[in-house]
Amino acid sequence: MDKNMSMTKVAMPEQEPNVRNKNFSEVALGYTKEMAMEEARRCLNCKHKPCMTGCPVNVPIPGFIEKVAEGDFDAAYEIITSENALPAICGRVCPQENQCEGKCVRGIKGEPVAIGRLERFVADYHMANAKPVETKIEKNGKRVAIVGSGPSGITCAGELIKKGYDVTVFEALHKAGGVLSYGIPEFRLPKDLVAKEIETVEKLGVDIETNVIVGRSVTIDELMEQGYGAVFVGSGAGLPRFLNIPGENLLGVYSANEFLTRVNLMKAYKFPDTPTPIKVGKKVAVVGAGNVAMDAARTAKRLGAEEVYIVYRRSEEELPARKEEVHHAKEEGIIFKLLNNPCAIHGEDGWVTGIEVVKQELGEPDASGRRSPVPVEGSNYVIDVDTVVIAIGQSPNPLIRQTTPGLDTQKWGGIIVEEDTMKTSKDGVYAGGDTVTGAATVILAMGAGKKAAKAIDEYLSK
Amino acid sequence: MYKIVSKETLNSAVELMEIEAPFVANKCEAGQFIIIRVDEDGERVPLTIADYDREKKTVTIIYQVVGYSTELLSKKQVGEYVQDFVGPLGHPAPLHKCEHVVGVAGGVGSAPLYPQLRKLHEMGVKVDVIIGGRSAEFVILKEKFEEFCDHVYIATDDGSLGTKGFVTTVLQELIDKGEKIDEVIAIGPLIMMKNVVKVTKPLNIPTAVSLNPIMIDGTGMCGGCRVTIGGETKFACVDGPDFDGFLVDFDECMKRQGMFKEEEHECRMHLAN
Repeated sequence: MDKNMSMTKVAMPEQEPNVRNKNFSEVALGYTKEMAMEEARRCLNCKHKPCMTGCPVNVPIPGFIEKVAEGDFDAAYEIITSENALPAICGRVCPQENQCEGKCVRGIKGEPVAIGRLERFVADYHMANAKPVETKIEKNGKRVAIVGSGPSGITCAGELIKKGYDVTVFEALHKAGGVLSYGIPEFRLPKDLVAKEIETVEKLGVDIETNVIVGRSVTIDELMEQGYGAVFVGSGAGLPRFLNIPGENLLGVYSANEFLTRVNLMKAYKFPDTPTPIKVGKKVAVVGAGNVAMDAARTAKRLGAEEVYIVYRRSEEELPARKEEVHHAKEEGIIFKLLNNPCAIHGEDGWVTGIEVVKQELGEPDASGRRSPVPVEGSNYVIDVDTVVIAIGQSPNPLIRQTTPGLDTQKWGGIIVEEDTMKTSKDGVYAGGDTVTGAATVILAMGAGKKAAKAIDEYLSK
Repeated sequence: MYKIVSKETLNSAVELMEIEAPFVANKCEAGQFIIIRVDEDGERVPLTIADYDREKKTVTIIYQVVGYSTELLSKKQVGEYVQDFVGPLGHPAPLHKCEHVVGVAGGVGSAPLYPQLRKLHEMGVKVDVIIGGRSAEFVILKEKFEEFCDHVYIATDDGSLGTKGFVTTVLQELIDKGEKIDEVIAIGPLIMMKNVVKVTKPLNIPTAVSLNPIMIDGTGMCGGCRVTIGGETKFACVDGPDFDGFLVDFDECMKRQGMFKEEEHECRMHLAN
């Protein structure tokens, strides 16, 4: 088959920026069959497969792309899902530029192969066309409990159920999915798609118990007494960080968690048809510049804010968000106030009226290797806003470590694990995802869930 | 889904429900709360636990019908189900053995106060209670408190039952009479708790209050329930809900409680039509 030697990816259709910044429908519309096959022909099928070294869950990338090029999408789906249980999600939210696509040979001169878009196409095609297949799994009679139904927990559950275990997932919220449900917005990751991926795992026999808070409703020790042979903790990065500057408790200041949870999980964008409200006002400042900050800013715009600012203390080069999110945010009219560090939030009658920032210059590299921001004395000014959203990260929820004797944690609260097995200091207890690493990515959490499942299987087979 | 096993009307605005919730009933202690969602797409509403039965696996809640979601809940009957019921949330109340505790309740505040005082009584503490309400009708759980309290004092705004005046009037009278009080536990509207602290703080009578701010998840995730305690920001859901009343910034709490006042009204009007 002829290779496609175009230097650029086949473009993916998107909603127009000025249309989409007023609705919550998905921004990117996905490839057609023809587009996918054309893009797949850009893959050189390298012998040494550098792309795979960039994938935390080892998807056989050239293999599935070859099948896409041939038009055999079912075979492509089989290959992807041999290693990745949530392809429709990963194709949409993975930071491919730092992973598979970052290693692609085609990226040396021109754009890399659009691996993420192809993965998404294959998963969407399968969802739309595949007929359900009855899979018969032989049960081994052993039980495993999973704490949290986010990416790491669902992946771990999916792997273990296929190996014959009885798996129960305990979820604190009323809906499964973790950050996929409460955190990432509809326009980037449609919720019915998340529901379908979770349904797939449930159809395999995974039991998801919502409204159970491990650490409050039941403890890990109690679960083990009830006959669960092993427990995987994927409880996520729970507690929002604040800036600890004056004015943070004024009305109109939200953590990104609250802001996004109101909109995504509680559907406040449909208020008053749904009863959970949100207020954005005319001008919004989002502090931080990661993916969560981009999500919050773009959400604020869609809720009707006229001006939305990203306030970030470093420069464009250090922006931690996925490139595509920054690009989309700019297209949608988000204003980037870079090298600006907030020092106070101003208010009147208890309500936010503005955020005071100090301009920054870049100095020497800090511990993270990034050039550290240094304040420019006397450069303070106030940006008039009605709403401030703080999106500067989270720390792990303390409930599990406070109620699980023998579970060692880092000073900052993260659960300590052995890297190869995700095994904790407590026998039979494994952990992965943000509760171990601090806020990271969906795919890293999935990788951890997968590793833990393998180790749990070995532990319970002894 | 969680089954409603009994329902009672306590007065024209307040109802009691006993709901089957095994996980919560197994573990909950006085002072903790739950979050209820009446139906799909419903709000998450935090309510303090009024009672529990470990054998029957039920939890009792008492709520005032004040907004859209409590009205919706009020329409549910025995044998029907609520969508979600999760808990127990927050820390159990930090109750310790001493000689004499006076509980002060305003309106539905009687509900969360009840299990705390009963527990103290079981610990051998002499317990009195002052219950306040707009009028006789709004004084709830009087008989329940009478089962174990040495004295049950009542204060109503219109004088239709007990002392005419506020709970603080009665509390001040007790203090003036020379009663030795080791600790006060005040649960009710923010303004009531603030005024109780105004009475107890100058006399240095330790006073615990229970805060129930606006929140979403109740597990520390949203940070919406931020309260300032002794100049520090705390999350009522995971650090509370009980706090040292001397340290609470009540004025800030009252402001934050009103954050969505307009929206509450809008929602009620919209969904009523």
